Amino acid sequence: MSALLEVDGLSVELPVAGEYRTVLQDVSFSLDAGQTLGLVGESGSGKSMTVRSIAQLLPPGARTSGSITFDGASVLDLRGDALRKFRSRDVSMIFQDPRAHTNPVRRIGDFLTEAMRVNGRVPRREAERRAVELLAEVGIHDGERRLRQYPHELSGGLLQRVMIAASLAVKPRLILADEPTTALDVTTQSEVMAILARLQREYGMAMLFITHDLELAAAVCDETVVMYAGAMVEHQASSRLHTDPLHPYSAALMQARPEIERRVPRLPAIPGHPTSAFETPDGCAFAPRCRFAEDACRAALPAFERVGDGEYSRCRRAEELRGQLLVPAVVSHEEVVR
Amino acid sequence: MSAASPKAALHTLRFLGGRIGGLLVTLLASSFVVFGALYLAPGSPITFLTHGRSMTPDAIAQINEQYHFDEPFLLQYVRWLGGILQGDFGRSILYKDSVGSLLGQRIGTTVALIALSALLVALIGLGIGIFSGLKPGIASSALMGVSTAAMAVPTFVAAVVLTLVFAVELGWFPVFGVGEGPVDMLYHLILPAFALALASIAFVARLSQAAIRQEITADHVQTAISRGFPYGVVVRRHVLRNASLPVLTVLGLTLAGMISGTVVVEQVFQLNGLGSLLVSSVQQKDFPVVQAICLVYVAAFIVLNTVIDLAYSVLDPRVSVGGGKS
Ligand SMILES: Nc1ncnc2c1ncn2[C@@H]1O[C@H](COP(=O)(O)OP(=O)(O)OP(=O)(O)O)[C@@H](O)[C@H]1O
Ligand code: SF4
Ligand SMILES: [Mg+2]
Repeated sequence: MSALLEVDGLSVELPVAGEYRTVLQDVSFSLDAGQTLGLVGESGSGKSMTVRSIAQLLPPGARTSGSITFDGASVLDLRGDALRKFRSRDVSMIFQDPRAHTNPVRRIGDFLTEAMRVNGRVPRREAERRAVELLAEVGIHDGERRLRQYPHELSGGLLQRVMIAASLAVKPRLILADEPTTALDVTTQSEVMAILARLQREYGMAMLFITHDLELAAAVCDETVVMYAGAMVEHQASSRLHTDPLHPYSAALMQARPEIERRVPRLPAIPGHPTSAFETPDGCAFAPRCRFAEDACRAALPAFERVGDGEYSRCRRAEELRGQLLVPAVVSHEEVVR
Repeated sequence: MSAASPKAALHTLRFLGGRIGGLLVTLLASSFVVFGALYLAPGSPITFLTHGRSMTPDAIAQINEQYHFDEPFLLQYVRWLGGILQGDFGRSILYKDSVGSLLGQRIGTTVALIALSALLVALIGLGIGIFSGLKPGIASSALMGVSTAAMAVPTFVAAVVLTLVFAVELGWFPVFGVGEGPVDMLYHLILPAFALALASIAFVARLSQAAIRQEITADHVQTAISRGFPYGVVVRRHVLRNASLPVLTVLGLTLAGMISGTVVVEQVFQLNGLGSLLVSSVQQKDFPVVQAICLVYVAAFIVLNTVIDLAYSVLDPRVSVGGGKS
């Protein structure tokens, strides 16, 4: 069976002050129907640009190479009506900030029914009835009342549920969820996440799920891709990534996560600064921050290579270091903080 | 949607009541200022009435009986305001006619002039703004450049230049006057209206262009695009609708500029409107007329602003109709 979504060698350059900057480099992965894939990485690593490429929502002037195939059709070549059909029927996006992403002067009811009415030509009454059902599915039971409210009258968590309900309205085959819970407070986060995960399974939709949080990705996604500086550095099953990372960056992400039980204050994610694709040094992009770096790492960009069955890493020492990446470093994080 | 709850209806009523109350208070305050300013202005109307000659106390007493110049200020004000509330603006010193009927003869021209200018602003200003907001490019930049220049042109310069070019040189339009009959009047008013509207057209064009450019990059527009809506739906429902709000906020300013601009334009084109009447009345110290016209101008401005305010709160649900933020 061929994959629902196939991204192959995707590179993206964006114009910044007249110059083109690479923001994505050779990104490749595939997603089967109903499957979930996590995209994890620090800010600026190119996660959003990856999903935006899929919905053709890149900033104006973007240059793209490589290919994206959805159900056999080349997404990057879609134009006009075909593109609108793809966006309205096949994919649905859930954004990080639901407040910024809903029109403040239109009612919740408008937001929920608009896609049905504009794209599906569903009569208004029918669309409203369906909207109330959808709201019930995301745990909002006073739907009739909510339809008449405006976005500013709803909390962030409620609004994100509305956003999820709206994306269900069209029964897409692929959900692109760009940090759907990051803007919410912790308790709301887990509620919204639970709703999203449940509906993804019930509706059998494939999902590309973006997060900063490796463990959240592991909990929700079948497989996880870790990105650094616009490139993939690791890709494997979420369950194994958790205990057996194949790239020093993934391991560092895991260790940087504060353990809630121990009430450790939030640590700076990983010593050093994340870099963007365009400012990476020659050789391994992670080398300046990697505690396993050697001279050879700085000589040439390591290839994204298969390490084992369904396991890929962009570290030249991946095989050699396997199993040792999670062993605490000589310098502990507490000392780094001081 | 179905009927709003009684509570919401009450809120709306209270909101409306508040706005109208505010309107009345502002009108009262400005009537006081208008009256007071002229009271304090140098030069006594009596001197004018008597042509500077000394008069017998009898004659002065007779004038005072009619105009009450000898009474204390506050009493004069209350008398004046009371008259206005009964529709009596007093009598013109110069024309020996009631101010109300003087204004009545003139106000039509001014209203027509402003209405035509407003129409030009809406059609041309918004047209240019929407076009260049949605279609960045050479044409858009050129239009914005011209607008920036046009914004700096004072109304009287615009009026003189337009007259010279289109009336005197090309002869397409009459040089002055309002003509006879509505159609002729419209023809006569095109040039004056354009002169009056020019700066506002440019201002509204630039402003709406900026508002559209800003709105089009908004995140919620991304959402609409990502949902596969046709371009027209995205633009109409999510860009223009939202961009209309910042434009609406400064519309009051633009209208104020146009109202005061009528004075200049009516002078240059010799239109017999309120503006030209105001100028001649000021020159001849015809106080009751000056006061009445100022009051009409100020009232028009305040009422328009209240209407704009109300329109804004209807268009932007985030402005809580009940008062504070919800
Ligand atoms: N409009 C733009 N023009 C130029 N460069 C951009 C633009 N938007 C983002 N970038 C750059 O593209 C790179 C990737 O950005 P992207 O938004 O994909 O990161 P991300 O992984 O989603 O980060 P975050 O976690 O902060 O959302 C960054 O270096 C960013 O600076
Ligand atoms: S290639 Fe070298 S520098 Fe890069 S992650 Fe692996 S060990 Fe670290
Ligand atoms: Mg992002």
